[in-house]
Parts: sequence; C-alpha cells; structure tokens
Amino acid sequence: MKNNTILRTERLHAHYILDVYGKAKVIKAVNDVDLAIQEDEIYGIAGESGCGKSTLLKALAAAVEPPLRIISGRVTYRIAGAEVDVSTLTQEEKRKLRMEYIAYVPQGSMSVLNPVSRIRDTYRDFIESHISVHQKGEAFALAKEHLTELGLPVKILDAYPHQLSGGMRQRVTIALATLLKPRIIIGDEPTTALDVVVQRGVVQLLKDVQAKLKNTIVLVTHDMGVHANIADRIGIMYAGKIVEEAPTEKIFSAPTHPYTHYLINSLPKFGDKSPRESVPGSPPSLANLPTGCPFHPRCPHVMDICKQEMPGYTQVASNHKVACWLVGEGTHGKAA
Amino acid sequence: MEKLLEVEHLTKTFTLGSVISRVRITAVDDISFYIKPAEIFALAGESGCGKSTTARIIMGFEHATSGTIIHSGKKEAKNEKVWFTEGIQAIFQDPFATFNPLRMVEQYFFETIQNYKLAKSKREAIERIDAKLRLVGLTYEDLAGKYPSEFSGGQLQRISIARALLTDPQLIIADEPVSMVDASLRMSIVNLFKQLRDELGVSVLYITHDLATAYYVCDRIAIMFRGKIVEMGTVEQVLMAPKHPYTQLLRASIPEADTAHRWQGEIRLSDTEQDEYLRQGCRFAGRCPMVMDVCRRVTPPQFDVDGALVACHLYAETKQ
Ligand SMILES: Nc1ncnc2c1ncn2[C@@H]1O[C@H](COP(=O)(O)OP(=O)(O)OP(=O)(O)O)[C@@H](O)[C@H]1O
Ligand SMILES: Nc1ncnc2c1ncn2[C@@H]1O[C@H](COP(=O)(O)OP(=O)(O)O)[C@@H](O)[C@H]1O
Ligand code: SF4
Ligand code: SF4
Ligand SMILES: [Mg+2]
Ligand SMILES: [Mg+2]
Repeated sequence: MKNNTILRTERLHAHYILDVYGKAKVIKAVNDVDLAIQEDEIYGIAGESGCGKSTLLKALAAAVEPPLRIISGRVTYRIAGAEVDVSTLTQEEKRKLRMEYIAYVPQGSMSVLNPVSRIRDTYRDFIESHISVHQKGEAFALAKEHLTELGLPVKILDAYPHQLSGGMRQRVTIALATLLKPRIIIGDEPTTALDVVVQRGVVQLLKDVQAKLKNTIVLVTHDMGVHANIADRIGIMYAGKIVEEAPTEKIFSAPTHPYTHYLINSLPKFGDKSPRESVPGSPPSLANLPTGCPFHPRCPHVMDICKQEMPGYTQVASNHKVACWLVGEGTHGKAA
Repeated sequence: MEKLLEVEHLTKTFTLGSVISRVRITAVDDISFYIKPAEIFALAGESGCGKSTTARIIMGFEHATSGTIIHSGKKEAKNEKVWFTEGIQAIFQDPFATFNPLRMVEQYFFETIQNYKLAKSKREAIERIDAKLRLVGLTYEDLAGKYPSEFSGGQLQRISIARALLTDPQLIIADEPVSMVDASLRMSIVNLFKQLRDELGVSVLYITHDLATAYYVCDRIAIMFRGKIVEMGTVEQVLMAPKHPYTQLLRASIPEADTAHRWQGEIRLSDTEQDEYLRQGCRFAGRCPMVMDVCRRVTPPQFDVDGALVACHLYAETKQ
C-alpha cells in the first residue's frame, strides 16, 4: 500500500490517573493502540460504552488534559510531508493546528455553540480568531458562503442555538468545524442523540464534506448502521484495545474476533425476527483489567492461554488484523 | 377483544413564549390507540413528536387537555391514581439519572417494597427483590451494598426494570429505554421485554426511535409525527410495507448494518419543529415528496389501508 498515512499512533497507552483518598487509581482507557489512518479515508471506531473510544480520540486530537495522561507510545501527524510527533508541539502550535489542520468535535458537542449568542456571532468570533479579516462583514459573508455550500439555510445565522432543533445544532457545529478545511476531522458520536432522519442528514453532511475536501474523518459511534453507511475501514475497540481492524465490508461479512462476532450478529434486521443473542456478561472495569485477553471472562471460546497472555495481531487477510489466540499468535503486543 | 389500556382522543397543548409572542403547540393532537394484554406496542417517531408527553399523561404525571385513558375497562378518575401506580411502572431513558449516585441501589428496591407494602419482613423483601433481579439476569448479591457508579449503563437499565417489576405490573412504559445504551446492550434489554411478555404476560409500551429493535420485539406500532399518529398497524404492515410518506422516509433513513444497502440520494430536513407544529393541513406537507394542493389546506383523516391506519390524503379513495 502506498504510504498515505496522515495520522499514526504507535503503541499508544493513555490512562486516567486519579487520586482517590490519597491513593492513585489508574483507569487504563487506551492500551497499546497502533493506528495508521490514511488520507482521504473515513475511519470508524466502534465498541461498547466505556471501552475508551472517546479517550482515544482525545489522544488523536492532541486534546489530552489531566487526569488523562499519555503513558507511553506516540501520536504523529503528517504535515506537509513530514511526520510530526504531537508531544513535541507547543501549546501555541497545537492551537494553530486545531481547526486548521485537525478539527475535533467532542461527544455531546452541541455545547460548542454559545447559548447566549446568535450563530452569526459564534461564526464571527471563530473566523476572526483564525484568519485575519480586513473588512467589516467579510466574516459574515464567508459564513454565508460556507453554509450555502453545505446546503444549510443561511437564516439560521440569526438564530440562537436553543431555537434550532438538535439535528440542526449538530450540523451547524460540524459546519463550523469544517470552515477552515481541516485535513483531519475527528467526530465523537456526532449522531448518537439524534433520531434516524436527522442522523441521516448529519451523516450526509459529513460525507459531502469529506468528498469535497478529500480529507480524513475519524468517526466514533456505536451505531453499526452508521458505520456500514459511511466508514471505509473500522477498528473494533474492546477494553482500551483495538481487537480487530478491517475494511468495513469485511467487518460485516467476516467478523473474526469473538467480540466482533457478537457485535455484528446481535444486530436486528428488518424482515428477520429470529432471536438475537447479545454479548454475555458485563464489560470489564478499566481500573481492574482481566489478565491476558481482556475479553476472556465473556468469551465462549476461552482457552488457558487466553487467561495468561494477551494475543498479538494476526493478519488474517490484507488490511484485516485480529488480536485473538484462536486466529494466531500474532506479532506484538503480547505483554500489554 | 380484551384491552389493557385504551387511549382515546388524547390531546395536550402547551403555551410557549411570552405574553407578546405567544404560541400554542398541540404536542399531542387527538390520538387514539390501545394496548392488549401481553403485547409490546411501539410508539415511534422523531424527537419532539409528542411521545414522552403521551407517556407522561398515561402515567399521570401530566394532565391531558382533553381525551380519556381507560385501563382494564375502567376510566381514569381524576384523583384515583392507584391503578397506574401499581398496574403500570415506568422506565426512563437515562439509567444514570434514575439513580442518585450517593444512594445504594438496593435502597430503591426497599423503598418500593415499603411504599406498596409488598413484604412483611426484611427476609421476605430480599426474597422478592432477588426473584425480580433474577428475571433480568442478576441477583440480590450482585447489587447488595453497591452504588450506581459501580454498574454499567446496561446493568443499571436492567436493574431499573427489575425494580419496576416489584409491583407485578401489567404494563411497563419504557420511554426510550435503549437510546443511551450501545448496540450490544440494546439487544439484552429488548430481549428482556420479550421474555417478560412471553413468560409473565406483561405488556410494554415501547417508546423509541429505534425502528430496528421495534421491529424485532413489537407486535404493533404507531408512528407519530408532530403530535399526530400518522400510521398504525402491525410491525409487518407498518415497517415492511410503509404507506405514509413520513413512515417511508423514516424507514429509508435507518442505517442498515449492511454495506450493500448504503443510503442513496439526499433528504430534506426540517429547520425548526415549531414551524411544522403550527402548519395548517398535513404537518408533513413541507417535506413530503408527494404533496398535493389539498394537503396544505385540509388535515388528512385516518384511512384504513389493508388493515393499517394511515393519515394521508393519498389514500382518500380507500374507505375511511
Ligand atoms: N475525565 C475522566 N476522568 C476519569 N476517568 C474517565 C474520564 N473520562 C473517561 N473516564 C473513564 O475512562 C474510561 C473510558 O472512557 P471513554 O469516555 O473513553 O469511553 P467511551 O468508549 O467513549 O464510552 P461511550 O460510548 O459511553 O462514550 C471509562 O471507564 C470512563 O469512566
Ligand atoms: N412542559 C412543556 N412545556 C412546553 N412544551 C413542551 C413541554 N413538554 C413538551 N413540550 C413540547 O411538546 C412537543 C413534544 O415533546 P415530547 O413529548 O417530549 O416529544 P418526544 O418525547 O416525542 O421527543 C415538543 O415540541 C416539546 O418541545
Ligand atoms: S484470545 Fe481467547 S478469550 Fe480472547 S477473544 Fe480470542 S479466544 Fe476469546
Ligand atoms: S397528506 Fe399530503 S403532504 Fe401529507 S403525507 Fe400525505 S401526501 Fe404528503
Ligand atoms: Mg465516548
Ligand atoms: Mg422523549
């Protein structure tokens, strides 16, 4: 494969270090994650609630703040042909990159919009803080042009956030995040609180933006239907690890990790009422991870070795890797 | 036919805004439906269409502007709330908001037992709690002495269902019980509803905008749009052969977990819900691809189309 990697993590570990009555409590939310996300690709991340998806995105977006800490490993961006280690950037450099190079739309981010100012003022403040505007009204003209380009009604600029429906607020937030044509857009559950019709509108907007900018979108959602519709590749996350990664069609047609299997086969389908089985047991505590493979307490195929050692990745097909002893010994990550 | 719950011509209006710019929104507009014993009935539609308002009126948290609610053949008398507190229990959207983080989860169970005098001794109470928790795949041991933060969202949601079961309700009203939990936990909760219906004969009013799980567990479904029921019938009729243009849009908007069926084409969204609530005639007219002149003037009545009820002028030739 041609190296078009724009966003890379290498053996990334990110933990929350909390102080609980004087004792350190460590929540291992991201454990040994290797990603190589390409230019002009929509990369989806799925996994159950609390498995560390949002935390991984914070690390990717260089938005790591205490109590979250990068324990080891690196995150690199490729900027103008050169790989840049995010940890070497100054605060000012990060601020500059944010929105212009990488746009991060956090979970529940409708709050990005200031509730007491009109959308036009939020737009103006945003534009003025990033680009030099010379004439009065120039920012407004730019905002109008951008909204029109995305097919959103210009009249919303005069509205306050609470006057817009949830879906419109979410689309305005995405529009704002894409105004400066960032090379990478990171979206955390941008459609989760929305109902289906509106969700489709938001996904449509994301797709349009990506097609126009030919940039990279990293999208977290636990709605597998959204992934099926938009993602090129999917990483399945379990207990802070990417346990399987493959092109979207493969994840749906040939799920290989036992967890992915449950995830895909439990999805309800129209026209088929046959009983669906959900993943047995409960998610592990990231403060107290099981030994070996973190899925072993819930896995129907568990073997002795699973309880002792973490399996590394096995390449089951080109572009398709799985961390499970059933599939192979894997290459690295055993000690993690 | 025996009916457990009948809702007839239910209407609820809210007045919004200040004295100068007052608007009245009919959040629930003359809706009627019934639920049979041992039936899972879905009320579906986009957010703000009046689902929760309907549920709150049935539970007695809110008064209807007009209309009646009949439970097991008995009309609800204004101040007589006994039937719905014991006979009906509710489960809400956010399992974390249901429980106070500073209280042990078991306290909620003991409180309900006390309120309804369901046990004579502590031992009897624990037996009852344990029996209900077992129905949801947990035991009293699992939650004794624990706080909400020690459970996952899915576990808490199952715990709130167990608590709802303490009074042996005939009907559970579940308002978006799965919208905060992820796909894999969703199925464990809707599977539980199925089991309660099949094994205990409990009915469920399943309020949701997740039509895939509605198809999977429900017997019948009503689709609401801006306060009105626009289509109602069995899930096979409504979801496999939708007739109302809004239901068709809804159905086509569901992202299928199948890469061979990606969305095609673009859709139009409404900008604000208020405009649609205040619209004359059919409230979907602003977005309907089939809109006709009559739609903008006359509110469509419900037509019987192959056994399903459809409120749309397109079906005017069929009998009303
Ligand atoms: N600021 C924080 N301080 C301490 N712990 C945190 C913090 N944010 C998240 N966590 C913990 O880290 C773990 C992973 O959280 P994260 O938000 O990444 O999950 P997620 O996969 O995004 O879940 P969801 O699907 O519910 O959004 C959880 O155990 C969570 O409780
Ligand atoms: N207490 C209230 N006061 C004013 N308007 C309300 C109130 N409750 C609900 N509404 C309005 O009624 C409509 C239906 O709301 P709701 O029943 O909560 O919808 P759903 O549950 O289907 O999302 C919405 O427009 C909402 O803003
Ligand atoms: S490594 Fe073992 S426990 Fe883990 S998923 Fe594979 S078979 Fe199951
Ligand atoms: S009544 Fe008219 S506008 Fe309304 S759904 Fe039917 S065809 Fe469309
Ligand atoms: Mg998250
Ligand atoms: Mg609601």
